[in-house]
Amino acid sequence: MYYNEMLDGTKVREAYAGLSDWVDQMPAEIRQMKQAEAEALFRRIGITFAVYGEGGDPDRLIPFDMMPRIFTQSEWRRLERGIKQRARALNAFLRDVYGRGEIVRAGRIPARLVYQNDAYEKAVVGFVPPRGVYSHIIGIDLVRTGRDEFFVLEDNCRTPSGVSYMLENREIMMRMFPELFRGNRIEPVDGYPDLLRRTLETVAPAKCQGRPRVVILTPGHFNSAYYEHSFLANLMGVELVEGADLFVEGEFVYMRTTEGPKRVDVIYRRLDDAFIDPLTFRRDSMLGVPGLMDVYRSGGVSICSAPGAGVADDKAIYTFVPEMVRFYLGEEPILKNVDTWTLWKDDDFKYVMDNLGDLVVKEVHGSGGYGMLVGPRSTKAEIEEFRQRIKANPSNYIAQPTLSLSTCPTFVNEGVAPRHVDLRPFCLCGERIELVPGGLTRVALKEGSLVVNSSQGGGVKDTWVLSE
Amino acid sequence: MLSRTASNLFWLGRHMERAETASRLFEVGARITLLPNTAEGYQNEWQSLLRATGVSDRFAARYDEVSEENMEKFMIFDRDNPSSVASCMHDARESGRIVRTALTSRVWDALNVSWQEMRGMEPGQEDAADLADFVARHAATVHGAIDGTQLRNDGFHFMKLGYALERADSTARVLDVKYFVLLPRVEFVGSGLDSYQWQVILRALSAHRAFHWAYGDDVSAGRVAHFLILNDESPRSLMTSVLEALSHLDALVRRYGQDVPHSARDRAQALADRLGSTDIEDIFDEGLHEFLSDFIREIGDIANRVQADYFHGRG
Amino acid sequence: MRLKITHQTVYRYDAPVGFVVQSLRLTPSVFDGQKVIEWKVDIDGAEPGPGFRDGAGDWVQVWTMRGPVTEVPVRIEGVVETADLSGVLRGHREMIHPMVYLQSTDATAPDDALRALAEEPEADLSPLDLAHALSARVSEVIAYRPGVTHLNTTAAEALSLGEGVCQDHAHALIALARLRGLPARYVSGYLSADADGAEHEAAHAWAEIHVDGLGWVGFDAANRCCPDDRYVRTGSGLDARDAAPIRGVRASTGMRAEELDVTVAVEPVAP
Repeated sequence: MYYNEMLDGTKVREAYAGLSDWVDQMPAEIRQMKQAEAEALFRRIGITFAVYGEGGDPDRLIPFDMMPRIFTQSEWRRLERGIKQRARALNAFLRDVYGRGEIVRAGRIPARLVYQNDAYEKAVVGFVPPRGVYSHIIGIDLVRTGRDEFFVLEDNCRTPSGVSYMLENREIMMRMFPELFRGNRIEPVDGYPDLLRRTLETVAPAKCQGRPRVVILTPGHFNSAYYEHSFLANLMGVELVEGADLFVEGEFVYMRTTEGPKRVDVIYRRLDDAFIDPLTFRRDSMLGVPGLMDVYRSGGVSICSAPGAGVADDKAIYTFVPEMVRFYLGEEPILKNVDTWTLWKDDDFKYVMDNLGDLVVKEVHGSGGYGMLVGPRSTKAEIEEFRQRIKANPSNYIAQPTLSLSTCPTFVNEGVAPRHVDLRPFCLCGERIELVPGGLTRVALKEGSLVVNSSQGGGVKDTWVLSE
Repeated sequence: MLSRTASNLFWLGRHMERAETASRLFEVGARITLLPNTAEGYQNEWQSLLRATGVSDRFAARYDEVSEENMEKFMIFDRDNPSSVASCMHDARESGRIVRTALTSRVWDALNVSWQEMRGMEPGQEDAADLADFVARHAATVHGAIDGTQLRNDGFHFMKLGYALERADSTARVLDVKYFVLLPRVEFVGSGLDSYQWQVILRALSAHRAFHWAYGDDVSAGRVAHFLILNDESPRSLMTSVLEALSHLDALVRRYGQDVPHSARDRAQALADRLGSTDIEDIFDEGLHEFLSDFIREIGDIANRVQADYFHGRG
Repeated sequence: MRLKITHQTVYRYDAPVGFVVQSLRLTPSVFDGQKVIEWKVDIDGAEPGPGFRDGAGDWVQVWTMRGPVTEVPVRIEGVVETADLSGVLRGHREMIHPMVYLQSTDATAPDDALRALAEEPEADLSPLDLAHALSARVSEVIAYRPGVTHLNTTAAEALSLGEGVCQDHAHALIALARLRGLPARYVSGYLSADADGAEHEAAHAWAEIHVDGLGWVGFDAANRCCPDDRYVRTGSGLDARDAAPIRGVRASTGMRAEELDVTVAVEPVAP
């Protein structure tokens, strides 16, 4: 059965000890009132998923569940060690494959998966960014299946989003239920923006003088994550720029201000590789900065994450991350991978075809919960339809066992009920590797559903780490 | 401050003011057509109004008939007309969204609410005066929130500069409507009709009471023109608007120092000096329409210089 | 052989441009087959960035120029000592894994005709023989004829026309080599006039194919040969666009109304 994070049979587990009374004592009317209040707060702050120009409700909210998800200090410490270890290995891998490629030479990862990967960027080969860090913000998606069993579902090394929810969820919980936070039992997460800024400042190029100027580069206000970009810029106290706000001159990048050009040292870009520089990547990109890559490679500016960092978080590369931990760090991985069958291998293909009804199948480059099959929750017809798609292009898919995702108590119409959850903590890599105690918990609000993506009916929760 | 941020703040101010102008112009048109009319019919007045604001081609391309109904759609609701109230409110709100973090939550709320309410309205529900009131009320809420809550930094000055330049431009255009409306009928100058039309102009600028306080009830062309052009107590006069623009440009120069280009300030100073040494007879001798056209060009030039001095980022 | 190169490219804009950014790959490669005696790149009124050697071993330098300008003249002058290595790119320092050059691009995307052509050489040829065979086939099926193709002509289009210039020969050969599993890339450089004065393109391009054991080997299908001491190599890429010696856009976006005027001379000089 599923691991229930609050209840062990009928006994309340340690982490939730303080919370179960709170839940029991809250009358239904109060709960509904609070829920409406939370929604109004979100709307007021402006945290919506507006996708302008694409129709739909421009002010859609991701449902927020007021019931927090809780980890004890010791649970968190183990997770933290595992996440940092993984982040170190991923950056070591990037440094290696944009350098000599030792892991490939050693035969530990097939060359094809690295060098023929769409995300591999030859324009970065031979370049080592400051402190050897290629991916500065790594979002690691975790699921839990038992008391001590955590699995990594995927790594996000490019520009993982969702951190604004981690911060807003906490903010709203503190505003609505200050009594829960008295006694200082819950580790704060609101240091994240400062920590992010400091982390980015530590990877400024050597040519930078004085305090580095950090900016966030956004594709613009039509982007669905624009809110997060502007939210972070505001909390970090840095400018939110678009490509046209920046220009290259001589050896540096400058931003256009009312007082003339100002040099920029570190660019936290929330823009895909293909768009950041029309001279090197897509020529038709109007979102980027011409000449940016040349300045980057000659050490005039830092780009976070480095172009090409995506080669480390590809679903095909994912299966090799435990191998990276062993190869680069000489350690055993603390966090496990989910068993993965890669469909371009004949044996794996046969196994998957024979067991399609029990497996989860994903597209290698898919995201957002689209283009996937959850075998046990699909009809025969859906499975057969998917089987044909796999046969047409096997190397586009991977398969995993259907995991028994843990559940957390969640407010539903009938009261409180268990719903499946995952977790995305955000690991920051600069001079040091750091992690704020918390993350984004996503919850599948539909009963029995294992898909937590917001596009598929998922919601979010505040995530607590208890201090000792 | 990022050039783009400054530019968005500037345009936020301009668009809010422009929304108000559009509704005022519509009200002027509606009132003028209430007059006992000549054989040519009311269409002529609407045509004049379209010509004065330079949008007759755009109107003609989208509507068959010049009627109050179509004018309301065009000037208030038409999102394909960039100068309509709806377009301006939308654009102001969009500018605000882009620079959300440079605004206080009160300003953002006011902008957001004004756009949401505008979006909820439909043509044919309200008469012209009510529409103008509606727009003026929201414009005032936004403006009040800016004055009451924004930090007095460069962003504030860019917003207020946008308001001031747009107001200068719009008062000049509303005045010019009178010229276009009257042009074919010189024989009316000084007549009761003439006086009525000047009153309408004053009303359109919410200035009729102020005018009567200042000048009594003799509504003559010379006095109204003086009030709306040269009187620095009149809140929408060209003089007041230019002085206000100048004060914000001065504030920017103080803040940024002499090393940052300030050709817009210099130009605004010259314009203010020139207005200060002009009297209303000179203006009528030169021709009111010629004077206004020249003034509108000057304002355009200052706006271009603001762009060159501050929004270009010199890269 | 000692070759003197003078090369001038002029970008002309129909209206004054406020700001120009160009990324240049216009410096001779460093390998056993060529040695730079002197080399000078200059753009009137522009400021050079610091420059760096990229993963493919090319020297890259960004130049920026404040306007308003209507013309950007790029002038190159230099002398290079070359040696004949039968096309082999010996002693070239680069870090990009050859496998990266198996990926297709728009200009080198295969169609049925290219696929059929790629299958013509027998399966059991050695990689080097296969590369030679493919290059020879390209020389036969695409006749040298200037003016029929343009900058954006693809390999497939050139093959169906049966005519083209060096860019088209190189694209076609790259497409064929990749179809046969051989990494291949586009090389830009210069070619000195033959003693007999035959028609040729002084600003030249050819293909390189990666052969295990030998490394990268040049093939000039347009001239039915491998690069020798008449050739000067400057840069490479997945296709012509990727290997472009000058990549430029003008600031203040919009249409790029630019014209390219090229004068280039490559002549042997006495040491």
